[in-house]
Amino acid sequence: MLRLGFSTKRSCGNGIPNSRHRSGKTWAWFCSAVLPDGVDRSSNEFARNSAAAESLLSHLRSHIQKVLGGGGSEAVERNRSRNKLLPRERIDRLIDPGASFLELSQLAGYELYEETIPSGGIVTGIGPVHGRLCMFVANDPTVKGGTYYPITVKKHLRAQEIAAQCKLPCIYLVDSGGANLPKQADVFPDRDNFGRIFYNQAKMSAEGIPQIALVLGSCTAGGAYIPAMADESVMVRGNGTIFLAGPPLVKAATGEEISAEDLGGASVHCRISGVSDYFAHDELHGLAIGRNILKNLHMAGKGISTSPYVSSDFKEPLYAAEELRLIAPTDHKQQFDVRSIIAHIADGSEFDEFKKLYGTTLVTGFAKIYGQSVGIIGNNGILFTESALKGAHFIELCAQRNIPLIFLQNITGFMVGSKAEASGIAKAGAKMVMAVSCSKVPKITIIIGGSFGAGNYGMCGRAYSPDFLFLWPTAKISIMGGAQAAGVLAQIERSSKKKQGIKWSEEEENTFKASVMEAYEREASPYYSTSRLWDDGIIDPADTRKLLGLCLSATIKHVPDSTKYGVFRM
Amino acid sequence: MSLVALMDRRKLLRRTLIQILKPIVFRQGAASTAVPVSSKGRGRGGIDKILVANRGEIACRIMRTARRLGIRTVAVFSDADRGALHVESAEEAVWIGPAPARFSYLNASTIIQAALRTGAQAIHPGYGFLSESAEFAQLCEDAGLNFIGPPASAIRDMGDKSASKRIMGAAGVPLVPGYHGDRQDIDFLKSEAEKIGYPILIKPTHGGGGKGMRIVQNSDEFADSFLGALREAGSSFGISTVLIEKYITQPRHVEVQVFGDKHGNVIHLYERDCSVQRRHQKIIEEAPAPNISDEFRSHLGEAAVAAAKAVGYYNAGTVEFIMDTVSGQFYFMEMNTRLQVEHPVTEMIVGQDLVEWQIRVATGENLPLTQEQVPLKGHAFEARIYAENVSRGFLPATGSLHYFSPVPISPTVRVETGVKEGDTVSMHYDPMIAKLVVWGENRSAALIKFKDCLLNFQVAGLPTNINFLHQLANHWAFEKGLVETHFIECFKEDLFIDPNGNIAAEIRAAAKLSAALVAACICKMDHNTSKEKLQGGDNSLLLWYSDPPFRMHHSAKRVVELEWESELGEKSLELIKSSIIHLSKGTYLIEVEDDDSPAMELKITRLSRFKFIVEAAGLSIIVTLARYLKDNIHHIHIWHGQHHHQFKQPLTLYHSSDDAYENKPKFEMASRTKGGVLAPMAGLVVKVLVENGAKVEEGQPILVLEAMKMEHVVKSPRAGYIDGLHAVPGSQVFDSNILFVVKDE
Repeated sequence: MLRLGFSTKRSCGNGIPNSRHRSGKTWAWFCSAVLPDGVDRSSNEFARNSAAAESLLSHLRSHIQKVLGGGGSEAVERNRSRNKLLPRERIDRLIDPGASFLELSQLAGYELYEETIPSGGIVTGIGPVHGRLCMFVANDPTVKGGTYYPITVKKHLRAQEIAAQCKLPCIYLVDSGGANLPKQADVFPDRDNFGRIFYNQAKMSAEGIPQIALVLGSCTAGGAYIPAMADESVMVRGNGTIFLAGPPLVKAATGEEISAEDLGGASVHCRISGVSDYFAHDELHGLAIGRNILKNLHMAGKGISTSPYVSSDFKEPLYAAEELRLIAPTDHKQQFDVRSIIAHIADGSEFDEFKKLYGTTLVTGFAKIYGQSVGIIGNNGILFTESALKGAHFIELCAQRNIPLIFLQNITGFMVGSKAEASGIAKAGAKMVMAVSCSKVPKITIIIGGSFGAGNYGMCGRAYSPDFLFLWPTAKISIMGGAQAAGVLAQIERSSKKKQGIKWSEEEENTFKASVMEAYEREASPYYSTSRLWDDGIIDPADTRKLLGLCLSATIKHVPDSTKYGVFRM
Repeated sequence: MSLVALMDRRKLLRRTLIQILKPIVFRQGAASTAVPVSSKGRGRGGIDKILVANRGEIACRIMRTARRLGIRTVAVFSDADRGALHVESAEEAVWIGPAPARFSYLNASTIIQAALRTGAQAIHPGYGFLSESAEFAQLCEDAGLNFIGPPASAIRDMGDKSASKRIMGAAGVPLVPGYHGDRQDIDFLKSEAEKIGYPILIKPTHGGGGKGMRIVQNSDEFADSFLGALREAGSSFGISTVLIEKYITQPRHVEVQVFGDKHGNVIHLYERDCSVQRRHQKIIEEAPAPNISDEFRSHLGEAAVAAAKAVGYYNAGTVEFIMDTVSGQFYFMEMNTRLQVEHPVTEMIVGQDLVEWQIRVATGENLPLTQEQVPLKGHAFEARIYAENVSRGFLPATGSLHYFSPVPISPTVRVETGVKEGDTVSMHYDPMIAKLVVWGENRSAALIKFKDCLLNFQVAGLPTNINFLHQLANHWAFEKGLVETHFIECFKEDLFIDPNGNIAAEIRAAAKLSAALVAACICKMDHNTSKEKLQGGDNSLLLWYSDPPFRMHHSAKRVVELEWESELGEKSLELIKSSIIHLSKGTYLIEVEDDDSPAMELKITRLSRFKFIVEAAGLSIIVTLARYLKDNIHHIHIWHGQHHHQFKQPLTLYHSSDDAYENKPKFEMASRTKGGVLAPMAGLVVKVLVENGAKVEEGQPILVLEAMKMEHVVKSPRAGYIDGLHAVPGSQVFDSNILFVVKDE
């Protein structure tokens, strides 16, 4: 399996033996193993891969560039003429000057509906305000008036889910016409539909997670509950309106003719109704009040540790982050060593491997990322019984010690066949799934290559609620490979045809297989996944370490619950 | 003695004791000095402790010399000067009263008490305040204290300008035609004015420094000016009598430093040219005077020595002459019986310490040098750096010195100041921040250094005249030494740039460059600040403040909006928008809106709180940036190369509550009201000339403001009816407060 031929050399982290240790041997015991970069730059595969990786990345960037433009220049211009900023500009003014912003699911809604809904019509992400991480949920009024499509709701709920999980104060930048009426059936009634937004607000508020709404535009009908349900809300004079029914509906219903501002403007709600708490003279003032509200938060005693133990003194990896773009092969049949990825993301490229010689298709071990201890689990091939047992063991170990887990997924699945079944691979896989499901430590999953079958589950796929899940542009997600699926389906089809006495030509079978494979290929694409929010975004592999660092710092802010497991099948 | 009388006496005794002890602040365990010392050690003998009856730079300057001579010093201070530099510079300090000078620095008896309590044998009065009070000099003598200055009789003789001219006339010193008599009735003086011929000048008979002076162009103006001069003379000097004389249209102000000892020796230390003035106050002085012959120089010196001798003068004094540049004549103006503000330029060219001379002469020593021994070497300039609004007619300004970085001092560069960073320039005293004194081998060498120093003299927090001084020093006529007292008026078109001219366009382009640099430095500063503010040193969040800040698949961008406070006229605020893109290398790509120049890639390194290195296209420059918060607005000053610009950055964060915020527009609304008249400066209303509702003409005086002893008449901007005039004499107004509104009906 270890195609690139690994050898771990032992040396002190900084490479310089400490002179205090007289004996040349004793100091070596205190040092972590440094990984080589594992990139064979001279190989043909490497050259081919660089070109392919480059095109994948530029493809991704061109899509991102489009969605950053929001609902198009005309809508943007209209927005500006009302003295309103774009959602990302609003967030830029709310977060601390010069601070980072971790935007989620930029390509939500990509090719999902007939109409284009850039970023799903809503911008979500995490950024610090007065040194406290917050979750931002900002409607994009330039995209269909900021109305909620089903994907908009899903993205809003996902942001709330992360906020609830990481105990991040929520800031809602409200500028939305409410639910998208033509799509009401998929927006309104179900459990994880529009209503869940307010339910989440209530539950989070009950847990002491602050809910802040800034009403920067319209906030009609159901949307009116966002500020109404918030702990504190701000309204901007002139632009912000809150009403259950807008002027046209009011006129139709009661005949009353009234302007939007008089019906539900900032003055009405800050002075008379009390629906809003702070009166802002313009948008910038409103955003400034928002920052002040965050400044005044006090979250002591809410199970949030203000300074978890993280060393600010850490070493950068020995190898350039950009090389990560070239490591994951674009051709999934090629194997590569996941340790070379770890070498590019771990502090000082140091990785202390656990059970290195056992179940070698799963790599497990300890590392640090920006000074934070993590347990890393990466695939180096098909999961066998031993690998699954090793995985379950390592997850238990990390949960025991409150060490966050990072899953680097590149998995075609569990081994099949009589030998595997006889070795109890089903129960070994079950152990790993049990461990993943029940461990309460922060979990971050990065899908770097294939993510097929139960491997997706055991390696903490979306269904296992990792705190964050990101894709590399090389990711592929499906229940099994297209070819395998086509083979299985063709077999079933053939036998069913045989029963009915219908002859099935080889040509017909090939066409059938091709169409199955084509559908699998399309649905396994990272764009298909990210459009539907099966993940939190496609990332540039070069950003992996940075992102892991940002996400980890968001997840470790609260004290984790203690882990309890179900019944392990032994 | 009855019991009651005894108790009364005790009470009295206790009260005086309390009174005595109260004003004394004990410093460095100086408790023993609180006991009144005997007369031993006072009088003409040696001096080992001096009380400096002054404040600001001159107090500091005197203490510096005293310390060098091993003489201990006592400072006095008012409420406004607690913690002032002159207080810190002295070994002991005595509180002498509330902020207004008439209750503190002009309170002769309190100051003499302070000297007695602290055991000082001598009082140095500095300049201004009590320095030219014959009464004070006399009181000192009566109290057995050595007054470091001329005899009271000489002060009296020279203090009365009419009397002094009579004495000078008798001594054969040339005089300007005029009336210097005792008659003060308006009709008589007006007729005298007619006799001399307009333009004429009205001056208080006492005092100096241009306070209370009025130029009268014709007989119509006479009455108004006369009354104003009387009032100002009264409030500044306590004696409201004036004299009138011929007004010379192209005069130079040349003055001679004289020095006498108590043995009848008087010498001169050459002259100074103090022609460059605004509001009749000197702002640039130089020594020796340019473009005069040696022969003329010795004539001047001889005349000055004659003048001093005529009044039995000793100690430091200055004889001021007015030189008619047209006729080449010079006339005696007045004699200032004190050490003057601009004495350092003389010190620089003769290489002497005049304060030391003062002290030595006061103890009865002979003059250190004879006339022949006085050297004359090189050339020296002095600039007076004031807190003032140049574009508002040099009106005095108040405020805090948020950033104060004068040039480094050396044997040839002196910075005389009484303030430090963080201090306030209040409305109670002279708004001078510092004096810059520069010496060079000759005039042109000195001028080069002088200009460079002005360029690097960095003050932020209040408006100053530094840029203006630099422009003055750069003017071709000044470079040639073609100075005269109307210099600023004469070259105002060069000195005050036309906002629509060609030069203005260049200045605008420079401002845009500065704005871009400011924007980049602000980004760097804000970034650092955000990082530093991390709650409880939370390391786990440091990553969120990396440089460049992280964005998913794009670069972080920031728009910085700055209002350029140009000096092109009074109210020119121009908005300059810069957009900054954080590039992956940690550099900034900056583009200025509405600017033709291409985007610049800048790398900013922060050297210290105020200094940055900016690198662009292989070029690296040092930029100084001072930012402070005032009235919810960030004020930013930038200095780089030849440039100094200032900007305002409105805060997006309004710290004030909704109410306060709502009040602000109200105030602004008022100022926008048609016909609303704003206070041009902070000050005291001394006179209200019309009643509310009165009908007024355009230009009619409405009220009189006073600040820093300077009167300013607020006139109606147009004809109409006065409304909303609530000010009464004695009420305090602040800069830009609305004073009244002129309505149509």
